[in-house]
Amino acid sequence: MPYVPHTNDDVERALAAIDVASLDALFDDVPHSLLDPRIELPDPLDEVALLRHADALAARNHTAGPMFLGGGVRQHFIPSVTPRLAMQSEFVTAYTPYQPEVSQGVLQSTFEFQTMMSELTGLPVSNASMYDGASSVAEAALLAVRQTGRETVIVSRGVHPESREVLQTYLWPLGIDIAVVDLEDLVTPTPSVGDNVACVIAQTPNFLGALEPMPALSEAAHAAGALFVAVVDPLSLAVLASPGAYGADIAVGDGQVIGNPMQYGGPSFGFMVVTEALIRQLPGRLVGQTVDVDGRRAFVLTLQAREQHIRRSKAKSNICSNHQLAALMATINLAALGPHGLREMAEGSVRWAHRLADTLEAAGADVVRGARFFNEFVVRVDREPREVRHALALRGIRAGVGVPADYGLGHAITLATTELTRQDDVDALVSAFTALGLAGGQTVGASA
Amino acid sequence: MDTPDTLHYTRSHEWVTKPENGIVTVGITDFAQDQLGDVVFVELPSVGARFDAGSPAAVIESVKTASDIYAPLAGEITAVNDALDAEPEAINSSPYENGWLFKIRVADPAGWEELLDAGAYEAVAQED
Amino acid sequence: MSATSSSPLPSVAASDRFRSDTFPLIFERSSPGRRAARPPVTEGDDMASLLGAEHLRAEPPRLPEVAELDLVRHYTQLAHRQFSIDGNVYPLGSCTMKYNPKLHEDVAERFLDLHPYQDEDSVQGILELLCELQTDLEELTGMDEVSLQPAAGAHGELAGILMIRAFHMANGEGEQRRVVICPDGAHGTNPATAAMAGYDVVEVPTGPDGEVDVEAFQAALGPHVAAVMLTNPNTLGIFETRIEEIAERAHEVGAQLYYDGANLNAIVGRARPGDMGFDVVHLNLHKTFTTPHGGGGPGTGPVGVKSHLAPYLPAPRILQEGERFVVEGERASSIGRMRSFYGNVGNLVRAWAYIRRLGLEGLKRVSTIAVLNANYLRVRMREAGYEIAFDRVNMHEFVARPPAGIRTLDIAKAMLDYGVHPMTVYFPLVVREAMMVEPTETESLETLDAYAAVLAEVLETAQRDPAALAEAPRLTPVRRLDEVAAARRPVLRYAFVDAAD
Repeated sequence: MPYVPHTNDDVERALAAIDVASLDALFDDVPHSLLDPRIELPDPLDEVALLRHADALAARNHTAGPMFLGGGVRQHFIPSVTPRLAMQSEFVTAYTPYQPEVSQGVLQSTFEFQTMMSELTGLPVSNASMYDGASSVAEAALLAVRQTGRETVIVSRGVHPESREVLQTYLWPLGIDIAVVDLEDLVTPTPSVGDNVACVIAQTPNFLGALEPMPALSEAAHAAGALFVAVVDPLSLAVLASPGAYGADIAVGDGQVIGNPMQYGGPSFGFMVVTEALIRQLPGRLVGQTVDVDGRRAFVLTLQAREQHIRRSKAKSNICSNHQLAALMATINLAALGPHGLREMAEGSVRWAHRLADTLEAAGADVVRGARFFNEFVVRVDREPREVRHALALRGIRAGVGVPADYGLGHAITLATTELTRQDDVDALVSAFTALGLAGGQTVGASA
Repeated sequence: MDTPDTLHYTRSHEWVTKPENGIVTVGITDFAQDQLGDVVFVELPSVGARFDAGSPAAVIESVKTASDIYAPLAGEITAVNDALDAEPEAINSSPYENGWLFKIRVADPAGWEELLDAGAYEAVAQED
Repeated sequence: MSATSSSPLPSVAASDRFRSDTFPLIFERSSPGRRAARPPVTEGDDMASLLGAEHLRAEPPRLPEVAELDLVRHYTQLAHRQFSIDGNVYPLGSCTMKYNPKLHEDVAERFLDLHPYQDEDSVQGILELLCELQTDLEELTGMDEVSLQPAAGAHGELAGILMIRAFHMANGEGEQRRVVICPDGAHGTNPATAAMAGYDVVEVPTGPDGEVDVEAFQAALGPHVAAVMLTNPNTLGIFETRIEEIAERAHEVGAQLYYDGANLNAIVGRARPGDMGFDVVHLNLHKTFTTPHGGGGPGTGPVGVKSHLAPYLPAPRILQEGERFVVEGERASSIGRMRSFYGNVGNLVRAWAYIRRLGLEGLKRVSTIAVLNANYLRVRMREAGYEIAFDRVNMHEFVARPPAGIRTLDIAKAMLDYGVHPMTVYFPLVVREAMMVEPTETESLETLDAYAAVLAEVLETAQRDPAALAEAPRLTPVRRLDEVAAARRPVLRYAFVDAAD
């Protein structure tokens, strides 16, 4: 049997050693009525057959051609060295570093990760990663509620809709109110913040790609004694002001764009970086520096008394695992790129987006202007966003994240670019827009 | 184990000074600090917070445990030992002096008399 | 030194680079102007004109600047400072540290370049795979519907308890049911999850046979109880033989029974939580279904329910409509999303590959041999002089402890010098000096014999020369750490000022 080394002789030897008559007798504690029920599974496949089957499935996925999908996940440059190093056996098949003497690989690389996230966000204390960006937003809100003792959360509609859905899932059982601030001209107007508000949450670039007035939002939160939570794209921080610079108390986001493949949306990792004042409220694992008995620098899980395995029902969160391997991919990737490489990626993404917007607009498309945008922007379309995405997919183009109706923009999609975008891709999209009648004027061959 | 007989005690290992102007000082005993091991952090209540007798008022963390500290008597917090933020180890090195945790203006100063005296506490501690 | 001291020997500082006791951080290997990787560069307008100067950062982030080979050496050497399953036996109780087949990595590589917002017609292959995995997990757990969304076991727990909460509220019992019952041996995530979902936690004790004390359990039950969280076999590795009675009692008072799937490896393919009377189950795909632990994650925690809870499943599910696979739209009563998109798809692909490779007979062999190995090692550990808590035929794991007067911590540290990993220590909390051992089915008897021999030798040392044990480990990349200093004055990031020299 695959992966089980026992021969028949081994089984006999082991049964004799433990003085149990048969393998079935090992399960005598399981009530007979529960044992070996009828279970329908597909027949097993050998290694070759399994790979062929996987190939057949993979062939029904579309993975090539011009790519303009964003909405929180993007296809960015990942140098070969990143996955090759991160996917070494020792990193892949280790577990949580409970024995630090033999876990310095994971612990030190996590300390490096924490340092890099601190540098990007301009805040001092990063945890060792979370599940994803959306659940990190929810955990940030819970942190703010714990810290302030207040029970209302203000969130901008510019925060990714799926993040706001997860926020709702997490806060609902605790009876915490969520107030959503509608956008004006694609960005968040300064909300009025009452003294019952635990935090204000805003995302930049926001779901529509626009750059938010983060300093003003931060100031409004602080004036009312609330915390300010910045949801950020870590790649953008190569160029954009850091959350620390505009006074955010908590920075969260998703790390897919700095070194993880898209993988149909997961796994990537979430990050959370906070001010010193919030360190004891931080959920998740933390790695700290210390020395061993010989005085050598070493790293260890620390401040564990916050966590579920010690505090149980009084823990800051039930989070147990982190997304270590995905965070390691980002760590190695950031080290491979350095500050210049990361900046080049961000700049390339920005330049292509502006070039694409201008070109589409010139071709007659209804690009929604109103605020500065980063590498993603909104285009109004004359039909359901799903239809647009489908029509583009039929032309081999992956593009068109739908803008939900509650943004008040009518039918609209977002388009995103990266440093991997090419002029051919832009040309293909513009001619598809024209052919489909999305650029205004005559509709050519569009399905109703 | 060091158990000063000027103090009174709880079964949950807090010590309490005799009320002066209705205010008592609270800490954890030498026995308790020894059981906890090296203290790394103390979460103190806010001044002005009110507690019932026996309700959790503070948390003391060692590397791998976190222990609730209970208000020995009902009342309002009038002061906390902020120095423990920088030097939590004072709880280990000086549990009855520098390691004090908080002061409470107690609702009923006579309640102090009901707490354990040093002899009774030592008997309790030895059972643990 | 000799008379040739004038020869150009490297300075101490230079040779330090190769000494493991000064192992540098990546930031300490940085030199301005170097770099490993270069993305395509696009020239064009400057950022201030495109983005507005007010949006730009003042200083670049201090990321490392290293050449590619230095990068490779750094993370290769760090890997060498890391214990792993591929390196040696790693029998952490409750963690199911089994072999992660290399084949799964090859399968997973075929599904990397898919965007979660792609048109459904362009992702039919992955949707079919995910749909099939949902069905397989429903079969293996005896549940009616499974959602693949949760990102980890604890995340699945939260989804499960939130569904239970939604169910009680829909029945008008949301206010009345305030309590979740957990055994005292439960994983810490259970009470933490219940609290996160707004519940009070009541712990019930373990009885003298290592099973839940059913009488105490019954006394804790009532119309105020929302859910009972159990794992079966429990954290002592003992099957709860009265599980059907427990389920009946819980259901009599309207409580829902929650199955923590951490220990499913003991029974996968041979018994199902659904048949035992559980209403909700989460699985840890990184345990039973061998997706890599990755140094702490990503895990993956699908959640399955009986039909009465299906309306509350987290969105979205994958459905088959005729020949086509689609992402389900709204589910009106759903507790909502637990995270973005469809879950940790990369891991779901690996778990799918495992189930397809083994089939039902293979999975039954997995659980059966996992139980055999755990019993074999239990007997070997007893022979080596350790006490077994609740010494009876156990399931996939068991709990031992050293003889009185010897600390488990010292045993664990001494084991590191033999190049093996200790078991889970000091858990479950119900056993003093607990050593929780789960060898899994992928270890050979020879490996278990060698592991037991290490344990015997360490115990012999502990009894003969306790001082030597207190000094262990000696041969590891670093030795025992000052965890008190780490926690009292946390240093959580590199101090760049020191690097300026």
